[in-house]
Amino acid sequence: MASSALTASGPDTFNYKVVRQFALMSVVWAIVGMLVGVILAAQLIWPEITFNIPWLSYGRLRPLHTNAVIFAFGGSALFAASYYVVQRTCHTRLFCDRLAAFTFWGWQLVIVLAAITLPLGITASKEYAELEWPIDILIALVWVAYAVVFFGTVIKRKTQHIYVSNWFFGAFILTIALLHIVNNIEMPASLWKSYSAYSGAQDAMIQWWYAHNAVGFFLTTSFLGLMYYFIPKQAERPIYSYRLSIVHFWALNFTYMWAGPHHLQHTALPDWAQSLGMVFSLILLAPSWGGMINGIMTLSGAWHKLRTDPILKFMVVALSFYGMSTFEGSMMSIKTVNALSHYTDWTIGHVHSGALGWVSMITIGTLYYLIPRLVGEKEMYSVKMIELHFWMSTVAVVLYIAAMWIAGVMQGLMWRTFEADGTLTYSFVESVKATYPFYVIRLLGGVLYLSGMVLMAWNVVKTVSKKRFVEAPIPGIAGISLQPAH
Amino acid sequence: MESLTLLIPLSLGLVVLIVAVLFWAVKSGQFEDLEGPAHAILMDDDSKPPPESTQVDPHQ
Repeated sequence: MASSALTASGPDTFNYKVVRQFALMSVVWAIVGMLVGVILAAQLIWPEITFNIPWLSYGRLRPLHTNAVIFAFGGSALFAASYYVVQRTCHTRLFCDRLAAFTFWGWQLVIVLAAITLPLGITASKEYAELEWPIDILIALVWVAYAVVFFGTVIKRKTQHIYVSNWFFGAFILTIALLHIVNNIEMPASLWKSYSAYSGAQDAMIQWWYAHNAVGFFLTTSFLGLMYYFIPKQAERPIYSYRLSIVHFWALNFTYMWAGPHHLQHTALPDWAQSLGMVFSLILLAPSWGGMINGIMTLSGAWHKLRTDPILKFMVVALSFYGMSTFEGSMMSIKTVNALSHYTDWTIGHVHSGALGWVSMITIGTLYYLIPRLVGEKEMYSVKMIELHFWMSTVAVVLYIAAMWIAGVMQGLMWRTFEADGTLTYSFVESVKATYPFYVIRLLGGVLYLSGMVLMAWNVVKTVSKKRFVEAPIPGIAGISLQPAH
Repeated sequence: MESLTLLIPLSLGLVVLIVAVLFWAVKSGQFEDLEGPAHAILMDDDSKPPPESTQVDPHQ
């Protein structure tokens, strides 16, 4: 029985309840979101697989997949991690339990509404911002509550210093509020239909300013904050250079804001904006790698632990994929490179090396650290299964991205091959046909990755079942071990 | 490029906010000790199960 009603909860303990709720749901949403991804990958090979049912059509399922993996899976994990880290590093309980509970239930409601409206074809058609206006308002409300809880906790901290992870989380919360609100300014025309305040090239600019910063702040800055706490804790080593973590925080946040136009190279966006996006995307390589190096070098003096600790394996490999993806992304922002890669499967490969390699793996490592502690344990039920999960995930990512690299470069080259008389050598459908085997390999990678998540779910269930969910006492609160139970 | 009439003031406002936050951080001594905090999180023991007194024992 895992009833939190049996453990004393109060101002002398950390609020682990909301952490637990988000942590467990993030595993559920990972499986849901990745399952939709697997269906999409299968549809590209066998389009008849969903029998032309409108609610399962590729165009409607794709945003369900992206929203589920980014906001449901990634988002829930970030809420769990940030609420845990801010409490433990500030030595104080979360500010306002009820508001924190609202963020949990509100966020789950957003996800459920997305799962209903997107397959129905209700969409604002803006990438990673497809949800229509009533849900946008709910997101804004939940986000404001999140900011109040998070910053409220920082303000009532018992420590003088604000640990660096909290800077990363704080920046993430503020920028996402700004991005969400600005990009979703829209005029409602009916309950489920609105029109964007922007149009044409302007809309494209704002949309990709939003979407790339969704990557930069929702999928990078936030997870770096997570990384800066959980890697030192798991490795039992301090951050390699605390100084560097502060410096690259500012550099990263400042530079990321400008990278959006790299999604619009060789389009109707003004050339100067395209160049700006390219240049800042290249500069971005430095602060990104600063973070990667800082995280990996934290293992100085603890490299031997990699041999036996699969959680550390997840975390270090996640950082390697982070370094790889940020290098790849900077290169793909170069106009000449982009002329080949844009609209090809190379972009998909790049996205998934970042999403499956970096974001997902650092999250998995973090959850394997966090979840046992929520039931007063130090380790998951089966460390061997964590090891197996690690190898499955790594092989899966490599299959996925290698297939997409080959497909992408091939597509780009086929589309730009001309005959001597200036006509195209290949018709578009010929490039589709040539891509087919790589879609099969990609599906294999996706199924393997999803299977790893199912293994994780099993391990989580075994870890928490028949256990009591505890709320750890806040260290330094006088008298906690002297007073009788109340 | 009408969107610039929104984006440029927004960005400038953000810069002002950021500089203000940075000044506050320096003044409040956030950057005084750049070694201690890295070790402080390691000294926080989060794997200790709560002592008996914080769990309600139904047999007591």
